[in-house]
Amino acid sequence: MIEIRNLTVDLGSFLLRDVNLTVEKGEYFIILGPTGAGKTILLESIAGLYPIRSGQIWLEGREVTRLEPEKRGIGFVYQDYVLFPHLSVKDNLTFGLRQRRRPKEEVQRTAEWVGDLLGVNHLLERRPDTLSGGERQKVALARALSVSPQVLLLDEPLSALDPQTREGVQQELRRLHQRLQPTIIHVTHDFEEAIALGDRIAVLNEGRILQVGTPEEIFRQPNSEFVARFSLTRNIFAGDVRQGADESTLFAIDNTEFEVVTVLRGRLHASIRPEDILVSREPVVSSARNRLKGTIAAVADRGSTVNLTVSTPLDFVCLVTRRSFDEMDLQKGGEVYITFKASSVHVF
Amino acid sequence: MTTQSLKWVAQRRLTFTFMLLGAVIVLFILVPLAKTIFSSSPSLLWATLLDREVLSSIWLTIYTALIATVVGLVFGVPLAYFLARHDFRGKRFVEALIDIPIVMPHTAAGIALLFVFGQKFLVGRAFHAIGIDFVLSVPGIVIAMLFVSVPFLIDSAKDGFGKVDQRLENVARTLGASPWQAFFRVSMPLAKGSIFGGSVMMWARGLSEFGAVLVLCSYPAIAPILVYTRLEEYGLRYALPVASILIIICVVVFVALRSLAYRRRKA
Repeated sequence: MIEIRNLTVDLGSFLLRDVNLTVEKGEYFIILGPTGAGKTILLESIAGLYPIRSGQIWLEGREVTRLEPEKRGIGFVYQDYVLFPHLSVKDNLTFGLRQRRRPKEEVQRTAEWVGDLLGVNHLLERRPDTLSGGERQKVALARALSVSPQVLLLDEPLSALDPQTREGVQQELRRLHQRLQPTIIHVTHDFEEAIALGDRIAVLNEGRILQVGTPEEIFRQPNSEFVARFSLTRNIFAGDVRQGADESTLFAIDNTEFEVVTVLRGRLHASIRPEDILVSREPVVSSARNRLKGTIAAVADRGSTVNLTVSTPLDFVCLVTRRSFDEMDLQKGGEVYITFKASSVHVF
Repeated sequence: MTTQSLKWVAQRRLTFTFMLLGAVIVLFILVPLAKTIFSSSPSLLWATLLDREVLSSIWLTIYTALIATVVGLVFGVPLAYFLARHDFRGKRFVEALIDIPIVMPHTAAGIALLFVFGQKFLVGRAFHAIGIDFVLSVPGIVIAMLFVSVPFLIDSAKDGFGKVDQRLENVARTLGASPWQAFFRVSMPLAKGSIFGGSVMMWARGLSEFGAVLVLCSYPAIAPILVYTRLEEYGLRYALPVASILIIICVVVFVALRSLAYRRRKA
């Protein structure tokens, strides 16, 4: 368990003000915030890399506010990997245990174990600068795990990766967390990443915690503009991804199902942008895989555009132009069809 | 002519002009060196090299410069690391102070050292008590070389440490390294190219020092002073072969060390 009490850190241009957080043992905790919110400083403060002006940090019931970083039992992973460039992958993985002067066979065994865990054992003799981004981030994760930390601090671990690699490393993180159950604090500015991975999320902006809650609570009732900008401009659903008939993949929420394109399976989230949904009075025939019938539950006038909430009974927010809205003579309570492509749904 | 080909000529004109101007300065350095080296016959050079006075003065120069460099490493590298990692009031002042020996006349530097390390003065007296004198003795040569050449090492090492991402040390700490381990296992290995390069520069600068050493210790004579006294006392004919040998040694050693430093930096 990690407890942060009234933490204030002042580094001139960056500061944290009166931060209070409790992260449960084994929890995957996300700190979500825009660039410059103070996320990295919060993580580095927990790791003991900055002098703390006031407040306390407790790890597993022990106060560590003034404890040196090497005695805290923390693993740290930076966005841009920060592997030791002068050491081979193997020496990167064994660095921690060698500094602790552990017996040779234990060092060897641990290196193989973490290398195996992250699937980087074939890279052991390579130099960091010969690895791809995804490989580097896996090595950085393996290195952090090599000292069996109670707490893993991840600073934007997916942000430097290209989209495909990111999905892979994200699954890796989820798998690692399920398998080893470490307490993880993962910092990100990516809303979907936060929702996909977090047991709970804290929203941080300008050095202050604005909101703490489950992903559901955060995107249903955002109390910060930063989060609202994401959550109110997308339809976000939590549901199950499963294999449908004829090689299709279905996303199921309660009694509603629609087709999606993803290799992921299980309990996940889906988002659809309101402007990607076609609204019509009659069923239209098109290449789009998903068509649902519903009633207009709400109409919100935005000037040149109109936001419709269509209940199928699942609520979809759809965006239509003012002209279309007038020409189609749409009204609250009217029956409509909504159509969207399987590829317009982002599953995460 | 089209405007494009005019432009082509204009661009070439700049390149040719600059090459010509550059060639003048390259020749200005090369010709005196080459002429000095080749104006003595190989047999005369060999005979000079066997001259006990010449040989011992060359050896003296090499090892005093080496001692100065080692002392510079012991005290200069920690300072360089400190300056690269910390900001404090007066940092600019300290950095400027370190570079002053480069820009001041070295005879003046020698006199300044004499005022502290001479036997009549406090530091000199303290060292005298433990049997070390700085006037007309080897330690005097070392401190004179140290004073004028250590800025090269400090500046180079500081740049080297500055290029080491501090987060590498942070990661090392979270993995269980003490600050000392993080320094010796991460920062030092990553800055070693710059430290080595700086050491080569410092050593070379120490080898060639004349003014400051002359003030503190004209005898035993280091090689640059030997050249000067031979020129003064016996004339050009006797000074020339010694000068040739010094230049040859400097060129060979410097080229070798530079290529080594370059390879390391690339590695």
